Amino acid sequence: MIKHKKPDAFYDTFERKGAGQQTTHYCPGCGHGTVHKMIAEAIDEFGVRDRTIFCSPVGCSVFAYYYFDTGNIQCAHGRAPAVATGMRRVHDDAVIISYQGDGDLAGIGTAEIIHAANRGENITVFFVNNAIYGMTGGQMAPTTLIGQQTLTTPTGRSAATDGNPIGMCELMSALSAPVYVERVSLGDGNRVLKARRAVRKALKNQIDGVGFSFVEILSPCPINWKLTPMDARKWLIENLEPAFPVKSFRDTGTPGAVATARAARDPSGPIPDDEMVRLLGSQSEIETIDRVTGLPEQRVKVAGFGGQGVLSAGILLANCAISEGLHATWLPSYGPEMRGGTANASVIVSEESIGSPLVDEPTTLIALNGPSIDAFEGSVVPGGLIVANSSLIDREPARSDVRYCMIPASKIAQDIGFQGAANVVLLAAYAAIEGFPAIDILRRVIPHALKKKNLVDLNLQMVDAAVEFVAEHPVAAPSAAPLPVR
Amino acid sequence: MKQLMKGNEAVVHGALVGGATHFFGYPITPASEIAHAAADFFPRTGRHFLQAESEVAAINMIYGAAGAGARTMTASSGPGVSLMAEGLSYIAGAELPCVIVDVQRAGPGLGNIWPEQSDYNMVVKGGGHGNYHNAVYVPNSAQEMCDMTAHAFDIADRYRVTVFILSDAYIGQMMEPVEIPDSVHHAPAKPWALGATSETRDNLITSIHMSTADQAAHNWKLKAKYDQMEAEITDWEEVFTDDADTLFVAFGITARICLTAVQRLRARGVRAGLLRPKTVFPFPRTRIAELVDQGPVREIAVVELNDGMMADDVQLAAPSVRVHRLNWLGGQVPTAEQVLEMAAQKAGQR
Amino acid sequence: MATAPINTNVRNFVRIDSCLCKGCKVCVETCPKHCLVIGSKMNQLGYQYARFEKETCTACGLCFYSCPEPGAITVYRNEPADREDAE
Repeated sequence: MIKHKKPDAFYDTFERKGAGQQTTHYCPGCGHGTVHKMIAEAIDEFGVRDRTIFCSPVGCSVFAYYYFDTGNIQCAHGRAPAVATGMRRVHDDAVIISYQGDGDLAGIGTAEIIHAANRGENITVFFVNNAIYGMTGGQMAPTTLIGQQTLTTPTGRSAATDGNPIGMCELMSALSAPVYVERVSLGDGNRVLKARRAVRKALKNQIDGVGFSFVEILSPCPINWKLTPMDARKWLIENLEPAFPVKSFRDTGTPGAVATARAARDPSGPIPDDEMVRLLGSQSEIETIDRVTGLPEQRVKVAGFGGQGVLSAGILLANCAISEGLHATWLPSYGPEMRGGTANASVIVSEESIGSPLVDEPTTLIALNGPSIDAFEGSVVPGGLIVANSSLIDREPARSDVRYCMIPASKIAQDIGFQGAANVVLLAAYAAIEGFPAIDILRRVIPHALKKKNLVDLNLQMVDAAVEFVAEHPVAAPSAAPLPVR
Repeated sequence: MKQLMKGNEAVVHGALVGGATHFFGYPITPASEIAHAAADFFPRTGRHFLQAESEVAAINMIYGAAGAGARTMTASSGPGVSLMAEGLSYIAGAELPCVIVDVQRAGPGLGNIWPEQSDYNMVVKGGGHGNYHNAVYVPNSAQEMCDMTAHAFDIADRYRVTVFILSDAYIGQMMEPVEIPDSVHHAPAKPWALGATSETRDNLITSIHMSTADQAAHNWKLKAKYDQMEAEITDWEEVFTDDADTLFVAFGITARICLTAVQRLRARGVRAGLLRPKTVFPFPRTRIAELVDQGPVREIAVVELNDGMMADDVQLAAPSVRVHRLNWLGGQVPTAEQVLEMAAQKAGQR
Repeated sequence: MATAPINTNVRNFVRIDSCLCKGCKVCVETCPKHCLVIGSKMNQLGYQYARFEKETCTACGLCFYSCPEPGAITVYRNEPADREDAE
């Protein structure tokens, strides 16, 4: 009987260069073929060939897809763990293998491997460490030993220049999510058999949903080490193993916390289309009106300090405009300044389509605090309107060619019972003065716009108070320039 | 009923009706609201959202998810898209479909977070190494952020390419009324993808073609695909072009400003028109050439928030006509009046 | 590990596909029973390939796992004595 033969998970022939080829492209005595064979055998043993996806890296094993009769994807240098992550989110039942060399995993791809490991992706990573860049002809790897000569360390790797060789198992085991971390060696026959067991376990873990498994394989590169295959194995045992201890770093054998949490998640798939349409469609119906009169373009700047409801007042205004069948744009001041300090929103309302959403010459400035009026008063168009929160602004506008309304919005809001709604007082004052938005619309939109529904009544009281205030306090007209035609 | 929302939020609504199932992202101003909305909507509609450790990882997660057959996307801004260049090249080489939203900010380097259109060359000409193109849609409103994103997934699958939504900080950050489409698109069957099944076991996703003959054949196949896209999906909008002797060409936010500028010129009796590309790859070069060769167009003003990147393409399309470059940089966005002033100034320089 | 066959009509042996061997000698050095040798003949790849020579094989598989080539080595256990000659 046949006891050991080429595993079925290998293709019969390897069509890399011409048809019918049956040997790999690896050099004589290379460790890659040995690792490939263990993986292929495990795939066979677990009966997962159809659902296996093998991620080929960049490096000597870039052509692994010519050998494995599985689903195959070739990845950019170092990125296989990210690619595997993407596939893992699509196929729960795929068996995903990331096979990487030392340049790929420990050099260019350190971010991807560490974060895939840290997320506890249920994948299996085989890390072949031969302490040198093979495919490109023998340059220094992140795992090259101190003193080891390579094309880019012709006098030997120096810690002073290049730092020390990096221990990836040690790094992996500093993370909590990996369930299995082991370093094995291909130094001799018994070590090879141990490596085979590690390969099997790492793959079984994934099939069982246990979690992220990482096997580092110390592997000979006779060609670039400039040794015979057997001398390379001897060198590996005598030099690589002392630098990279061969041992099991972690083997929980049970699903990790991440796998457990993941399994506990609601497995419900995509919601039905009609439900999606309902969810994304309008959640609230506001009765709209059609304006009959021509409304001049409203370019409103709302300004204050963060937390005064500057941005939300602007959104409220834009929502009112939509309800009146008008075009509207709202643009916030954004970026670092939105986290403290001043904030402002640009709102443009027009019967025509709107060009730039930035309001640099407002027809109305709604100023919630002192710095706002200082900053934007000068930009208001002649004949424009300034609505200012006189509770916090102790001066009237210096401009003589604008209309203005000084309204103690913060005090009114406080008297009603919610100081945070001074923005609504000011917006309602603007509406009462300009006839836009219609007060009725404003009252209808507020219940839909507010997240805290228990504040609706208070906010409607703000509107009433503002309307009352404006009725009792006529807007100060410009004293200098004539009113522009608007 | 229209909803008021940011262009960035509209992207996510569009993506979901477009059939997107997997979002991989990394935060960056001024695109972050896309990730915020995706993190909210994708999981609670049974889709997947994952914040990657970097844009490099995000684009490679997309490579994996797209290779596995999903409708997948990310969103970023210039510095992040620069990091994705490698992955974009691999995705093009392996012919995978995906959607990337670039909410442009000012560059180079860290630049600032205000609008520029200076990723034009990077995104329109490819961005990464090798012979390839992305399909590039340029929305000029929150509504188009939604509609073009939804459409992008169909285009990506039809041609197996990356489709960019090339937006900018204003289009992304501003709120406008948006009507959400009421039908959900779905991905077609993808027999080429990695399905983790016996039927798809033979499938290989790769960009390697070792022999020069194979690589050449592959690249010519890609070229033919891009030519086919030019014939089939080139899209633009024209205003007053029938009798225009002065043609404005602008996309995205500047096209809105130019529309106002053109309307004002018309009011003054100037025969101005506007051509607004809705795709900049493929570029409506044939239509521009037609307008010049067969119409009364005497001069063209290309208005951009970069140093004249699309103007190069316009000049190539219409070599016989004078192309004025009206450019604003650094996050400065002109008013319609400023556009008209500069147009007059440039016209006077002849 | 496998033991030597009891039935004298059957035996263990290793079949090396000479066309697939790259002559690295790892199997030769790994075999605990010294069953394998490198021959003097070259195969089409230009390598002096390994041969199975001695009858002391226990079918332990160390040569198979150590060999870097997927299909170069097949290990047989308790095969009829005339099996190898028939190959």
